Amino acid sequence: MTLRLSKMFRTSVAAVAILANATIVPANAFCGFYVAQADTKLFNQSSKVVLARDGQQTAITMASDFEGDVKEFAVVVPVPTFIERKQIGVVEPKTIDHLDKYTAPRLVEYHDADPCAPVVVAARAMPAAPMMAGAFYERSRQAYGVTIEASYDVAEYDVLILSAQESDGLTRWLTDNDYRIPQGAEAVLGSYIRQGMRFFVAKVNVERMKGLGNGQLRPLQVRYQSAKFMVPLRLGTVNAKGPQDLIIFALTKSGRIEAANYRTVKIPSNIDVPLYVKNEFGPFYKALFERAVVRENMQAVFVEYAWDMAWCDPCAADPLSNKELVELGARWIGSDGDTAFSAGRRGGGSDAFVTRLHVRYDAKTFPEDIVFIETKDRSNFQGRYVQHHPWRGEAKCDAAKSYQERLAARFSKEAADVAALTGWSQSEIVAKMAQSGETATK
Amino acid sequence: MQALARPWRLPDARYFQIAALATLLAINFAIIDFGARPAASVIAITMALLTQAIGSRLAGVPFDAKSPLITGLSLSLLLRADALWLHGAAAVVAIGSKFVLRIDGKHVFNPAGLAIVVLLFSSKGVWISPGQWGAEIWFATLAGCFAILVLSASRRADIAIYFFASHAALLILRAAWLGDPLAIPLHQLQSGSLLIFTFFMISDPRTTPDSRAGRLLFAMTVAVTAHYLTFFMQMRPALYVALIALSPLTLVLDRLIPAARFSWRSSVLEAVST
Repeated sequence: MTLRLSKMFRTSVAAVAILANATIVPANAFCGFYVAQADTKLFNQSSKVVLARDGQQTAITMASDFEGDVKEFAVVVPVPTFIERKQIGVVEPKTIDHLDKYTAPRLVEYHDADPCAPVVVAARAMPAAPMMAGAFYERSRQAYGVTIEASYDVAEYDVLILSAQESDGLTRWLTDNDYRIPQGAEAVLGSYIRQGMRFFVAKVNVERMKGLGNGQLRPLQVRYQSAKFMVPLRLGTVNAKGPQDLIIFALTKSGRIEAANYRTVKIPSNIDVPLYVKNEFGPFYKALFERAVVRENMQAVFVEYAWDMAWCDPCAADPLSNKELVELGARWIGSDGDTAFSAGRRGGGSDAFVTRLHVRYDAKTFPEDIVFIETKDRSNFQGRYVQHHPWRGEAKCDAAKSYQERLAARFSKEAADVAALTGWSQSEIVAKMAQSGETATK
Repeated sequence: MQALARPWRLPDARYFQIAALATLLAINFAIIDFGARPAASVIAITMALLTQAIGSRLAGVPFDAKSPLITGLSLSLLLRADALWLHGAAAVVAIGSKFVLRIDGKHVFNPAGLAIVVLLFSSKGVWISPGQWGAEIWFATLAGCFAILVLSASRRADIAIYFFASHAALLILRAAWLGDPLAIPLHQLQSGSLLIFTFFMISDPRTTPDSRAGRLLFAMTVAVTAHYLTFFMQMRPALYVALIALSPLTLVLDRLIPAARFSWRSSVLEAVST
């Protein structure tokens, strides 16, 4: 039987799901009410990585939306150091989904006030067990130049830590051990070997998975101490069918992260949009993102969210608990209780800052792995799109008349902005706006 | 007098440099955001000019705005901080060092480079944006910088070429050793901060060795050190650290290979007459 190598960042196609009836979370009215979000399920060929970084301690959690036969699931991830059993764990998928929803680009809404009225300002650990026979180790070393430095049982996965001398030996070892290595991967493996990296290799242990009674594959987490702060993209670009999407969530102590070797660009935000966008917010954000990618020649990393974890405004989901943050690797926060994370530090800021980066890449536009730097920038940013419900009362005062004139100008500006950001036809936007009562002539 | 005897005279290269840096800053504000902020830039440039004025007064030398402008503009383009006063502090450290840290009547460290390194190691609130400018701006800047190099007709500027060539060669050699495609070193070269470093810092004629051999040696040493810091120590603002750590070497090189001292006043004549 040959296993298919589902590389770290190559995943199966996810259904394009739109959150039609997303929960409406009450929030501070000043910043509008949160009404919809665009989470990662929108993007095909997408995967998610959570990085938690404290000094040189990094935890990387890798989630793929793999939907095939679990027997065919396998990952090969280059890691900068040797990994001990206690440095590997699995994370509940719902924890990453929670962080995804919490940081997703959001649509918020306001209701215009009556212009005639006065204005009021207002990881868990699993037991390890010894597994393979010594002969296998020896054969790997002699025949392939591949050293199996360790093997671990990690929940539903069998994990090996490999080091190799030559890429051809490693390639042969992986092929002979039922990992299907794509053409062209050997050169990339060779580059990682020369950089002194090891390989974290995991397959699903079907027996144990049945025993755990867990129907789905949980994201693997690896924690290590290294000055290297990067995500390895290159293996995933070999032989890829077109560009892929990666969402990087970074939990840090001091401030947002940015790419050191690619442009980091904020996604267009705080844009006023027509009311009908509420029903198609998913496609709206997708079109906006794709347009932004084209504008940057697919050579930039986009910031979708950068915010102190202790608060949100408006909140797209309930705040994460201390327990969830620790599970994702932010072990420095000092508590792993099931209570919502809050600022423990004097002076307002908390010990956890989240950056959500979205990158669309292929081998040509992202030739090298993304290296990150942690900045001291704690300024808040979110992908936020705003709709204003017009006031529909009777024009009983002069202010109401001028309000209605301004409204007409506002509608045409919204139509023009949305057309420019998404590439949608402006006349179609105007027609759809008219259906929801937003016509320039009123 | 000599200048009058000639039909025309090239303007001081620093005018071109100021124009180039100011253009980049304008592009940052108007077209492509590299992360520079107007308030921070105003503070850095103002404080640089102010420190120069005070320093000149105290040292009894005439005030010249060109050099502090270059320093202030470079800091605006490179340095990021979480508080505005840090930009002012960087400018004071930069220009102040020119008046204080002098050996044999010559300042030892490139002002902006020193300020960046001092703040990186002493303050928790600063970082360097590697300045990913996008390919178009990067190539345009590279072309513009080479044009200035040629226009300036200063033999001292050869160090920019030596450094850029050494740096590029190391990246290409590394890629060859790793078996990586050429696209990787070419992408690694496309950093805005590398250009500012090459054309406005290491090439600062006041802090480069006097002899040609000395400059070549110095440029190569900085390139090798920066390469080591980047790829073996994973240090990201490695260029500045390497330059500042190695700057005292220029004094040694000047002793070992003596040559005529640089002065902005004589540079053009020196270049034209030889």
